[in-house]
Amino acid sequence: MTLTPELRRGFLEKMALSRAFDDAMIALYWEGKVPIFAFGAGPLPGELHCSNGAEPIGAGVCGALSADDMITADHRPHHVAVCRGVDLDRMSAELLGKKAGLSQGKGGHMHIYDPAVNFASSGIIAEGMAPAAGMALARRLQKKPGVAVTFLGEGAANQGAFHEVMNMVGLWKLPVITVVQDNEWGVSTAKSESTAIERNSDRAAGYGMAGEYVDSNDPDDIYEAAARAVKRARDGLGGTILELKTARLAGHFMGDQQGYIPEQMKQADPIPLYRAKLIRDGVITEAQADAIQAAATERMAKAMQFAKDAPYPDASEAFDHVFAA
Amino acid sequence: MSSNRILTMSRAGREALDWEMERRDEIFCMGEDVFKFGGIFGTMDGFGAKYGPERVISTPISETGFIGMAAGAAMAGMHPVIDLAYIDFIGVCYNVLLNTASKTHYMSGGAVKVPMTLLIGTGGGYNNAAQHSQCLHATVAHIPGAKVVYPSNAYDAKGMLHTALRDENFVIFLTHKGTAGVGWMGTPIKTTLSEVPDGPYEVPFGKVKVYREGTDVTIVGLGMSVHESLKAADALAKDGISAEVVDLRSLVPLDRDGIMESVSKTGRLIVTDEDYMSYGVSGEIIASVVERDPTVFKKPPVRVTTPDIPIPFARPMEQAILPLAPRIADAARKLMA
Repeated sequence: MTLTPELRRGFLEKMALSRAFDDAMIALYWEGKVPIFAFGAGPLPGELHCSNGAEPIGAGVCGALSADDMITADHRPHHVAVCRGVDLDRMSAELLGKKAGLSQGKGGHMHIYDPAVNFASSGIIAEGMAPAAGMALARRLQKKPGVAVTFLGEGAANQGAFHEVMNMVGLWKLPVITVVQDNEWGVSTAKSESTAIERNSDRAAGYGMAGEYVDSNDPDDIYEAAARAVKRARDGLGGTILELKTARLAGHFMGDQQGYIPEQMKQADPIPLYRAKLIRDGVITEAQADAIQAAATERMAKAMQFAKDAPYPDASEAFDHVFAA
Repeated sequence: MSSNRILTMSRAGREALDWEMERRDEIFCMGEDVFKFGGIFGTMDGFGAKYGPERVISTPISETGFIGMAAGAAMAGMHPVIDLAYIDFIGVCYNVLLNTASKTHYMSGGAVKVPMTLLIGTGGGYNNAAQHSQCLHATVAHIPGAKVVYPSNAYDAKGMLHTALRDENFVIFLTHKGTAGVGWMGTPIKTTLSEVPDGPYEVPFGKVKVYREGTDVTIVGLGMSVHESLKAADALAKDGISAEVVDLRSLVPLDRDGIMESVSKTGRLIVTDEDYMSYGVSGEIIASVVERDPTVFKKPPVRVTTPDIPIPFARPMEQAILPLAPRIADAARKLMA
C-alpha cells in the first residue's frame, strides 16, 4: 500500500469530519449544563469522552484496513467510528438517545455498534481486546479473510485482559492488531505514573509478536505502520502491538478541567499541522483545504439535524432486546 | 426413535453437543484442558480426536481472555461452547459475563447477537472447601441478559443442551457436580439417571418440572437440592406427609406461575437451595408467591439453604451446613406440626 496523494487528502477529510463531529457534540453537550453542571442534563446527557487530537489514529489505521476487517474500540470511539465509515447520521442520533440511533437509543456514545462496517465499541477498559481476538478466531474457523483491530488507551495496557489476550494472540498467531493509543493520560494518571516501561509496544516481545511505536501523531506515519501490521497479519505472521503517541485535547471527559496537566506537557493539535504539511507538499492548496473543512462542517451539520429531528424511543422499548427472540 | 437407555447427565449432555457439532460448523468448544480431558463433565469426551484441535480448543489459564474471545467469536457468527469447570472461577472472568456477553445485544439495540453456551459446574458436598464448592447461581442469575439453566437429570440435561445450542443468546448452563454422574464423584445418584431418547429433542427453558406429586407441602429445589428433596420426600411419606417436589430447572427465565400452581395446592412452601441464603433464589421464590397471593400460605414459608458462611472443609462441618435431606424433612415436619 503506497501513500498516494488521494489517500493523504482522504486522511485530512476524515480527520476534519471526526473533529467536526466532536466539536458539534461538545457544543451541544453544554446546552442545559450551564451554569450548573450535571452529566444527566441537556439534550446530550451522560458522560462524553471526545476524540479531539486522536483523529490521525482513526484516519491512518482505518485507511490501512479493508471491508472484511473488524474493529473493537473503547469508551473514546468517535474518531475510529467516523474514519471507519460508521453511519454518521445514526451515530449522531445514538448520542442524543434517539430511536433512529444505531442502537435505538440503548447504547449512547460509548456503545457504538455498526455491523455493516464491522464496528463495535464498549465502555469497560480493555474489554474489547478479547472479543477482537475472538472475531479473528471466528474468521479463521470460517476460513474467511479478516484482520481484527482493537483500539485501547495506554492505560488499558495495564489491565489483566491485556496480558491474557496478547498471550493467546501470540500463541495462536492470530491476525489481531492491538492499537495502543498513548495520549499520555489515564484520566489524571500520567503514563509515567502507571506503567513500568516507557513503551507498551516493547511488551510485544514478551508475547512473541511484533511491536511498533509511532511518536508523530501524523496519519502518514500511522498509516504506514498500520499497513505493515496488516500485511504481517494477512501473511499469517500474527499480531502486532502498535502503540501510537497521540493527543487528548478535550480532557478525559467533558467537564475535566485538566488542572493536573503541567504546562510542558501541553499537546499540539495534529489537524492544522497535517493541513499545513499537505499544502507544503503540494498535495492540496489552501483553497482546497478550506473546502475540505467546509464540507466536513456541512456534513456534520446535516447529521446533527437528522439527530435532533429524530424522535425519542418510547419508554416501553426499554424492555426490548434484553434477549434475542 | 425409541430406546431404553438409562444415561447419566454427563453422557446425555455429550450426545446433544455431539449431535449439534456434527451438523453445525459454527459450534466449537473452548476451555482449559478440553482437548485432552473433554470438559469437566465429559461433555466433550473424545471430541478432540473426533473434531480436531481447531474445533476443540484447549486454552491457557486465561478465563477473561478466552471467554471474552468466545463472545467476540459469537458476535462474528460462531456459537462457542465454553467449559469453565467450576463456578468459583467466575471471579476471574466476571466482566465478560456481566458486561460483554449479557449486554451487547441490548446495548446494540438488537443489532449484534452473542449466541454462546457457558458450561459450569457448581456445588459442594465433597470436601473441596470454600473456593471449589460454591453454587453462586444467584450471582449469575442476577445479571440481565444472560439465560441461566440448571438441569438436574439426564433427560433434561440433553434436551436443555439442545435448546441452549439453538438459542441465539448467552446461556449459562449449570450442572451440580454431584449430579453429573462423573467418575470422580462416586456412584451416580439414582434420581439423576433417566431414560434418554437416541435422537435430538428440546426441553424448553422456563418451565418447572414436578418431580413428585404431593398434597401437604411443596419443596422447591434446583440442581442437587432436588435430589435431597426427593430423599426427604421418601422419609416424609413414611410419616404420612405428602411432599410435592418441584425442580426449577431454569432460573432465567423463571417459571413463577409454575411455582405458584404447586403452592396453591399445598399451602406450604420449603425452598431448598445449596447457594448462600441471603439475596438469592430462596428469597426470590418466596417473593414470587407472596406477590401473587400471600393468603395462599397456611404457614410462613421456610428456607433450607447453605447459610451465609464460606463452605468449610472438614466433613462434619460441611455436612452440617449443606441443605441435605434430614434438614429438609425436619423443616417439613415442623411445617406440618
